[in-house]
Amino acid sequence: MTGRAHARRIAALSIVGTAIVLPLVIFVLGPNMPPGKRTTGASSQVTDNTVLLVVMTPFTVFILVYLAYAIAAFRAPAGEGLRDGPPIRGHVASQIAWLALTSAAVLFLAIFGTAELFASNGSGGGEGPKPIAKPGGSVLPVQVIGQQWEFTFRYPTYGGVETAELVLPVNRQIEFHVTSLDVIHSFWAYELGVKADANPGVDNVAYVKAKTTGDFQIRCAELCGLWHGYMFDTGHVVAEAQFTSWIAAQRKRFTAVQKYLPPYSLTYLPDPQARAG
Amino acid sequence: MRLRRLLGYNLLTAIVLGIVGFYVGWWLGHLFKAPSLAYFADTGQNDIALFLAYLTGVAGFLFGLGFASYPIQRLLGKPPSLREKETAGPGRYFGLCTDHKVVGLQYLIGIGVFIFIGGLNAMLIRFELLSPTHQTWNANNYLTLVGLHGTMMMGMMTSGILGPFANYLLPIMIGARRMAFPRIEALTFWLLMAAGVILMTTVGYGGFPTGWTGYAPLNDQANMGMDSYIVFFALVGLSMSLLGLNMIATVVTMRAPGMAWGRLPIFVWGVIATSVLMLLAAPVLISTLLMVALDRTAQTGFFNVQAGGSPYLYENLFWIFGHPEVYILALPGMGILLEIIPVFARKPLWGYRLAVTGMLGISLLSWLVWQHHLFVSGINADLRPFYMLSTELISLPTGFIFLCALGTLWQGRIRLTVPMLFALAWLFNFLIGGLSGVFLSDTPSDVTTHGSFFSMAHFHYTIMGGLLFSFFAGIYYWVPKMTGFQINERWGKIHFWSMFIAFNSTFGPLLVIGFLGMPRRAVTYAGYLHGGNTWVSMSAFVLGASMLVFIGNFIWSMVFARVPAGPNPWGSKSIEWQLPSPVPVHNFDRIPTFGPDPYPYGVSDGAGGGRIVAVPGRPTL
Repeated sequence: MTGRAHARRIAALSIVGTAIVLPLVIFVLGPNMPPGKRTTGASSQVTDNTVLLVVMTPFTVFILVYLAYAIAAFRAPAGEGLRDGPPIRGHVASQIAWLALTSAAVLFLAIFGTAELFASNGSGGGEGPKPIAKPGGSVLPVQVIGQQWEFTFRYPTYGGVETAELVLPVNRQIEFHVTSLDVIHSFWAYELGVKADANPGVDNVAYVKAKTTGDFQIRCAELCGLWHGYMFDTGHVVAEAQFTSWIAAQRKRFTAVQKYLPPYSLTYLPDPQARAG
Repeated sequence: MRLRRLLGYNLLTAIVLGIVGFYVGWWLGHLFKAPSLAYFADTGQNDIALFLAYLTGVAGFLFGLGFASYPIQRLLGKPPSLREKETAGPGRYFGLCTDHKVVGLQYLIGIGVFIFIGGLNAMLIRFELLSPTHQTWNANNYLTLVGLHGTMMMGMMTSGILGPFANYLLPIMIGARRMAFPRIEALTFWLLMAAGVILMTTVGYGGFPTGWTGYAPLNDQANMGMDSYIVFFALVGLSMSLLGLNMIATVVTMRAPGMAWGRLPIFVWGVIATSVLMLLAAPVLISTLLMVALDRTAQTGFFNVQAGGSPYLYENLFWIFGHPEVYILALPGMGILLEIIPVFARKPLWGYRLAVTGMLGISLLSWLVWQHHLFVSGINADLRPFYMLSTELISLPTGFIFLCALGTLWQGRIRLTVPMLFALAWLFNFLIGGLSGVFLSDTPSDVTTHGSFFSMAHFHYTIMGGLLFSFFAGIYYWVPKMTGFQINERWGKIHFWSMFIAFNSTFGPLLVIGFLGMPRRAVTYAGYLHGGNTWVSMSAFVLGASMLVFIGNFIWSMVFARVPAGPNPWGSKSIEWQLPSPVPVHNFDRIPTFGPDPYPYGVSDGAGGGRIVAVPGRPTL
């Protein structure tokens, strides 16, 4: 069989393979990709994941088809002595085609990723103290304070009350301000699609807007010492009215300790030696 | 007489002097008194003493091996000599030896032992993760296991291919009799061994809680076990940069007549691309760790926010080293892949220039991507699109490597020997590793996958699936040349298939588990991930067992069966296979002259070829 015939077969198999896999990726796998579609940030990640899968599929199918075909078709028969293949040292056209295709895919992904990053206000990722991708309109600031080994939360628009539990209203743009009191932690709210490192002395901002009510996991995603594995919690997204009554109850409950808290600030720099006594 | 032989420069003296040196440094360190140290006075934590102890211990160890004798003799006016124990029988494997082939075998066994230890740590980690809540090891021991596994693997595997294979084969491949700096070559090996032992001693000082990244300020807060990590990585960095320097100097200055740059075997190009990274990246690591050591001892505040420092500085410095580091791990594997595929496809390397461009391109681009490790850290948010682009650009030169491998298979006469199976498995594993990497490079997608088991599974696909598979490809391909004995093929195939299947059955599901929300390095996890983790642990144990198959086969073939391999069991046309197995002490009795074609397959059938114009006669030594 000639080289051209082999090439035609590989091309045909790749096209058929892609035609079978691509609809599965778009309609079955894509919509079910993690982390789900419960918030704006999470949905944009699902979109990105789907687009990445779609772009990768033809390349993956081609390489796997080629490998399988080459092993099957170009295998030396058992017992054959040392016979050499043809001394082909390259093929300019296919090299240029490969370079063009991979470059196009890479540039598309980089541009698409950047556009998606801005369109979704940072997709729920930490953007540092001066975010460049941010929503217009009013936001509800919520501070997340990491320390060894728990997260606490402050609501500056509600008197700076500090709670041990994270409750968020649905359909409101949330502006997380993530910081740490000691080592680096990472605030990961999986179902919200939010992850932002908590650095001491740094205000790390992340945006998200929950579209449905329900519970979500909170995990520390940066190794922070001995009990890192136990630094988890459950947060809740609730209706606006429920949130209002919850925050009022929290303010009432913590009135007595409020005066011992430092005033609300974007970062806190405690002295660990003084804290240790 | 026998007693006389124990005295002098050898491994025994080295170990004794190493231990003595350790306690001398320990005692010296306790003499330091300063007000800023009073805070630690009643905690029993004297980092200065431990640092000094490690350094004097290493100095004593190297002195005992005889590294000081040559400089001292030269200072005393003795004439220069080049050889060090090159013809001293089996004893030369246990001391300072300047024969590059001995150093290569020393590396193979020495690194193999430490990789085995690192692998055992992984087994213990997977044992812990059999249950979402129950703790087999306590929290501190679990973190130490995680840190030991990561640090040992990252530190040792950086030299995992260059150490054994480049040291042994690179001089032969370019037609030289030795490396440019034979003593430095031996030094890199013994530094690495001292480093490995130092890292293990962390267990005696309470371990370290930071994982292999050692982030500040946790590294400042950690107990004395952290010092072992710092000294280990600094010594590895020193060994790495010296190794890279030696490789570059050798290729630049010691190529035989006719060996132009465009005629180098592709493995040598992989070594060059790696060595540049080693030489330039490792000093960043060493200086960063020096800063950490100063923070921990002299109470400086490079990474301490209250003192005006920044943990971001550590993250930046670490990943400026750390990202080239992961390509230091990947590039030699690509070199082995492209060296082996032509032999067993019996075709010239397809797209030689493209492959070289790919390797050098990866080497260059790897300097421009480090902040993709920090997409959600809040540092330089404006630069995320740039790092997204530069990271995705790396898939272009990596694509070249794939294209060259696929092109070489085209219309070849493929023989599925064990080395070829490992090379083809590299293509499969690295494909998955590369594709999963695209999710991590995409900033929105990275928000979920960063710091999860997804990223962990990704780099295991590239490092274990890439580096370790090519390491085994290299072992099955070249060890018959290095020792002169065949490795049993049937057991090699059993090893391959059990390793390949168990590897994918371990890390494939981990990609999914990570995407479903499992963070790295956490001793507990959510209940809904229990089933997946149990499956992964079981697969990991099978993967561990496959390594035992290899070790058994290797020892059986090398020690008991001892079937002579002959000079050229694969019918390869590369120069190392034209020499006897094992290669004699001075490689060639006359330096060969090279023709233009590094891969003369298809020019004439059979094992020989048009490669070497002037065939060197059988060495007489």
